[in-house]
Amino acid sequence: MHTKTILEGCNFGRRKTLGLLAALVASYIGNVSTAWGGVKPLRVGLTPAFVHDEYGMLEEWRRYLEAKLKRQVEFVMRDSYRETMDLLRLDKLDFAWICDYPFVHLKDQVRLLAVPLNQGRPFYRSYLIVRANDNARKGMRDLKGAVFAYADPYSNTGYLSPRYQVRQLGEDPAHFFRKTFFTWSHRKAIEAVATGLAQGAAVDSYVWDTLSRLRPDITGKTRIIDKSAEYGFPPFVAHHAVAEEDYRAMQGALLGMRDELIGRRLLDFLNIDGFVVGDKRMYDDVAKMMHAFGEY
Amino acid sequence: MGVFDLSLRHKIPLWGSMLIVASALAISTALMFRAYDDLRQDLFISTESLSHTLATTLFPLLLHDDLWRAFEIVQAPFHAELKKAPFEAESIFVVNDAMQILVASDPLRLPTLSDLGSIDPEYRHLAAELRKTPLTTTHAFDFPDARHYYIATPIAEAGRQIGILVISHDQAAFLQRFLDLTVRSTLIGLLVVAVILPINWYWGRRMAEPLVDLARGMDALMQGKPALLLAAENYPYRDELGQLFAVYREAAAALNEKALLEQEVLSSERLAAVGRLAAGIAHEVNNPLGGMLMALDNLKQRGPLEPTTVKTIALMERGLQQVAETIGALLVEAHVPIRPLTGHDFDDVHTLIGPQADKKQVALDWQVEPPEKIDLPAGLVRQILINLLLNAVQAADAGGRVGMVASWTDKALMLTVANTGAPLPETVRKHLFEPFIAGREGGHGLGLWVTYQTVTQLGGQIVADCLEGETRFVVTLPLENSTA
Repeated sequence: MHTKTILEGCNFGRRKTLGLLAALVASYIGNVSTAWGGVKPLRVGLTPAFVHDEYGMLEEWRRYLEAKLKRQVEFVMRDSYRETMDLLRLDKLDFAWICDYPFVHLKDQVRLLAVPLNQGRPFYRSYLIVRANDNARKGMRDLKGAVFAYADPYSNTGYLSPRYQVRQLGEDPAHFFRKTFFTWSHRKAIEAVATGLAQGAAVDSYVWDTLSRLRPDITGKTRIIDKSAEYGFPPFVAHHAVAEEDYRAMQGALLGMRDELIGRRLLDFLNIDGFVVGDKRMYDDVAKMMHAFGEY
Repeated sequence: MGVFDLSLRHKIPLWGSMLIVASALAISTALMFRAYDDLRQDLFISTESLSHTLATTLFPLLLHDDLWRAFEIVQAPFHAELKKAPFEAESIFVVNDAMQILVASDPLRLPTLSDLGSIDPEYRHLAAELRKTPLTTTHAFDFPDARHYYIATPIAEAGRQIGILVISHDQAAFLQRFLDLTVRSTLIGLLVVAVILPINWYWGRRMAEPLVDLARGMDALMQGKPALLLAAENYPYRDELGQLFAVYREAAAALNEKALLEQEVLSSERLAAVGRLAAGIAHEVNNPLGGMLMALDNLKQRGPLEPTTVKTIALMERGLQQVAETIGALLVEAHVPIRPLTGHDFDDVHTLIGPQADKKQVALDWQVEPPEKIDLPAGLVRQILINLLLNAVQAADAGGRVGMVASWTDKALMLTVANTGAPLPETVRKHLFEPFIAGREGGHGLGLWVTYQTVTQLGGQIVADCLEGETRFVVTLPLENSTA
């Protein structure tokens, strides 16, 4: 992984030599992983909480964690929060990067492991977006009777938060919009507004910001008309059944990423600044909103 | 002059060109109609298969109200890598029974849950059509004034219909595609015509050229002056045209021969008439001439005469002798006894002519196979030869050449006398064998006439021609005639 990182800045001639080195390292890692053969691999659940398009970089992250933990790591990717939550419930995952809303939901099954830093702070918001050229709508109230895109029924910023805002207006979120639908990811919710399928959507501020860096052509077709209050960033959680030493090791690996060159590059790819230990109380607002809907 | 009276030189290529252009037009028109139908058929077939795939995929999504995935499905055919598909739909959308749009590939124009009829008049028309047409399978709508083709497919399974999938195609785009196709094939057609037309033109000219030439030749033939046909000479084929040329050649040759024959007959008749006249006069003059000469002789015998009288008598005698000589020449009929011709006669003639030739510094080329004995009157043949040879020597330039060839077969004796020197002028040649026509200064012009008369008497032929700087006289004397 070292070589691959260095690779990025190299000319072609060195690139070849380093490619050889990378192969050597890879074979070394291969040998190591056979050495870990007897131990149960750590399974990490990933959700559409972040923008995962570059599977090559994810693979690099997985190897990074393997090297740090000296243990086999598996990434388990699912398209909806629901499926990842189910896997956690069924004890099929050791760790997971989930949304804050599912975290509160699963508070009895999981414990907080680490919270990513978004623009230096472990918080994010819900953005209310409309099409860029839709100048008439200035807030949630103006979206009454519109076609509205939700990200995921277990997303805070993409479902819980907007519904809570509607409720704050004294309306019933079930009938406030003419039609609602789920896109199963924040990115697709942005695309739904960009293409005009939905007149409005509520999305993860972190996803919108990241996408505006990667695909400004998509976010450029949308406009943020409202930003919610801050919520605790979607956390990394550990299943209760995870042994304390594994918990510590994983937490250490995540927290240590910002101190290393490769770790920083991976963090840059994820568009986060690092991980902090976090605090359960950061998610009290989510619980409050859930309470408002009788869910907590 | 009408188009039909034009020369074949123009008519054949013109007709050919018109035929080619007409064929090209007819074929391309037919092909274009066919292409239009095929293109339309292809459009409907490809859209139909797309419709079925989409409808099947959309059914469970619509059933579960999964708008986003339904949207992803209707958008799928518009992805960049599919842009090159032969028939790209303009839009794909789904309506429910109330003609409300459930999902559309371009939601900005066709927003979800909007009424289809409220979008524009054409969609209103389509909504009405969809309402009154119960769909069981894919159906194409192509109503007048519409700018699109609509292909509608029910989204149904096991008898439950939950919507209608509509794929619309821009007719302008379709027509543009057809137009592109047409322009391309027209260009190819023009290219083919551009290649074929010059070939046709060349071929037509090639066909017409001999015909035109033949017509010209026939025209000349009708006027009695057969022309040499270049095209006919260069036409080696034995098709109908070749046969026509052959017939023409025969006709021309026959006509030439006939003209020649007529001329010959005319000339020999004239010569015979002149001969008869001359002979008649000669006879009539000869008898009194003999009497006068005899009378003068008697006068001389009668004793001494005055010197003046003697002088007068001598003068008269010489004058009458000259008349007698001339008349004698006109009287070709020979009274000399017939002695057969032998090789010695040729030697004698050679000896006689030799000094004349030497005097004029003319080379004598003597090629004679001396005959043993030929049944021809030696005196007459000698006279013919001497006449011809003396003429030849005189006609040849100094330092020139005179050739004498004599050959014989069982049937004829052939004598050829040739000389170098100025060729005979055409005017002279025409009247060559008539009396008192002098080929040169100083002759009385009876030599050749006498020769002709003699040859004719012997049943032979005499021909003069000029070839390669040589003037030749060829005499053919039949052997059997002479014996008769």
